[in-house]
Amino acid sequence: MSASAKPPVFKNPVVRWIDHRLPVFSFMSHELNEYPTPRNLNYMWTFGSLAGIVLVIMILTGIILAMHYTPNSALAFNSVEHIMRDVNYGWLIRYIHMNGASMFFIVVYIHIFRGLYYGSYKAPRELLWLLGIVILILMMATAFMGYVLPWGQMSFWGATVITNLFSAIPLVGQHIVTWLWGGYAVDNPTLNRFFSLHYLLPFVIVAVVMLHLVALHRFGSNNPLGIDMKGPQDSIPFHPYYTVKDMFGLAVFLIFYAALVCFAPNLFGEPDNYIPANPLSTPSEIVPEWYFLPYYAILRSIPNKLAGVIAMFGAIALLAVVPWLDRSPVKSARFRPIYQQFFWLLLADCFLLGYCGAHPPEGWYVIASRLGTAYYYLHFLVVFPLLGLFERPRPLPMSIGKPVLSAEMAGSVAKTKVTP
Amino acid sequence: MTALALTKRLALAGLIAAGILAPALPVRAEDEALPTVHWSFSGAFGTFDQAALRRGFQVYKEICSACHSMNLVHYRDLAALGYSEDEIKAIAASVQITDGPNDNGDMYDRPGRPSDAFKAPFANEQSARAANGGALPPDLSLIVKARKGGADYVHDLLTGYAEPPAGVTMQSGMNYDKYFPGHQVAMPQPISDGSVTFADGTKATTDEEAIDVANFLAWTSEPELVERHRMGVKAVLFLIVLAGLLYALKRKVWAGIH
Repeated sequence: MSASAKPPVFKNPVVRWIDHRLPVFSFMSHELNEYPTPRNLNYMWTFGSLAGIVLVIMILTGIILAMHYTPNSALAFNSVEHIMRDVNYGWLIRYIHMNGASMFFIVVYIHIFRGLYYGSYKAPRELLWLLGIVILILMMATAFMGYVLPWGQMSFWGATVITNLFSAIPLVGQHIVTWLWGGYAVDNPTLNRFFSLHYLLPFVIVAVVMLHLVALHRFGSNNPLGIDMKGPQDSIPFHPYYTVKDMFGLAVFLIFYAALVCFAPNLFGEPDNYIPANPLSTPSEIVPEWYFLPYYAILRSIPNKLAGVIAMFGAIALLAVVPWLDRSPVKSARFRPIYQQFFWLLLADCFLLGYCGAHPPEGWYVIASRLGTAYYYLHFLVVFPLLGLFERPRPLPMSIGKPVLSAEMAGSVAKTKVTP
Repeated sequence: MTALALTKRLALAGLIAAGILAPALPVRAEDEALPTVHWSFSGAFGTFDQAALRRGFQVYKEICSACHSMNLVHYRDLAALGYSEDEIKAIAASVQITDGPNDNGDMYDRPGRPSDAFKAPFANEQSARAANGGALPPDLSLIVKARKGGADYVHDLLTGYAEPPAGVTMQSGMNYDKYFPGHQVAMPQPISDGSVTFADGTKATTDEEAIDVANFLAWTSEPELVERHRMGVKAVLFLIVLAGLLYALKRKVWAGIH
């Protein structure tokens, strides 16, 4: 059952001939058949491959959409409606793409919180985690620019609000904003460059995903127990075990995705974005897409613009340095009773912030988003470093293959684990 | 463990509540309870009522189209309402479209064709504003998707006209509407009992006209809706079966592992 280390022998002579000169088949076999994977991964580990599949879906639908879309401020809105009404199955492709952004963020956020729960960011996987954060930031930039392309009211005013954040930078802020816009307001040049970058960045994401995979395959996946594989009894080959498990996960995921696209394609959208952009009329409320709402709440919770912008970008920066903030030697929250509770608190906090971000900053929402922001920072800057010092972890199992332990042995194992 | 379970449960309850409430809480303070209409196109199996669409088209053509354009809809699209090719040609030919320039460089008028978009009532925004006391009647092609509440919004707006309550001062040229956000709308009450005589003999009450035109506008906003719903039912059923098969396969492959 364990992953074999033998070099592959291909039956097909053509494959053998090619592989001798260009070892792509050996490479694939090495990364799939021989790649040892912990035998105890649960369904939370499916979201990584799901994210990769959604990325491919986004790129394919995006390429088709770009064949029919016109990045010109006078024509963009109607060209999207042309796709929706006149292009064969254009509505389907556009709704798959539009909702794909939401599904991408759902999948990636689950993937990130899975990493936080099981300590997947800890040594030796710090760079793997950092590359993941780079992907997240690239995704955010791509999604933001993609949302501008239909050139509806929320596209236009969202672009205005978000690009204006850079004006908070002292001295050069306004110049940077003018440079980003390519003029003195969000206009045709802005739309053109956003389209160009929206087409470019997904391929940059693909490149970083490759690096993410290289880093992953260096030490293999973390697992729910958070302990290393100690031998062949702890591992199974990725194929067929996890390919079939991921296929099942994919089918379940597609049920939700298809239902969203076919039954409620505008659930996550704003009605205002079906009104063509009008620089002379500001919508009563400018709301970003749901996946930005927690950050938006952090931004608005601070009365000073520059401080708000710093707090917002800081929230992502903190995520990047988690491997160095968390001082606990134990990876999985299963064996960290106190961290486990704080984990759920952080998750609830993110939902609270998201809820506040969807509402105008007045009354109760201001207080709630300030508390939420304060907790977010507290969690990363105080809870993470201190828990590693004060928390007494539960005894760790001996190995993945043999998780059962006597209490006495467990104590000694935990001790040796904690003191490096 | 109990403390943990409690925190976990609280967090989950919070997540679910936030997830459910966040999109479903439109801020609509101080207004009276909205009447609700059951729309044939709502829900996963929803489909358009073709008779209602045709009546709604009649309301749009005879009343709304005097001020509101419908730039994204073409006469050919009316096939979805059950009109024959000849009927569509006749409907299109009833308007004069400015085309050109011809070989002499002149613009000329010709009867509309099915490939033409619905003829707009005004040549440009300025002339639309000039004819409507400065207000611009919005294009209606996407109105149901472009307003919170969708078809309900259209229906409520059209049936909400009333005398302003005592103490409410109206701006000049504005009309009181019970359901419109802010209650002051530039459009005078467009439909009332008997505004149209329905070709199919349905009694033309204000409510009937409003429901029918809201149906029609829901179709112009989402002409793909019926096809989308049908595809969704098929896709979801297929994927459920596929997921079941893959789960069985996964169990089989993993049988030796556990």
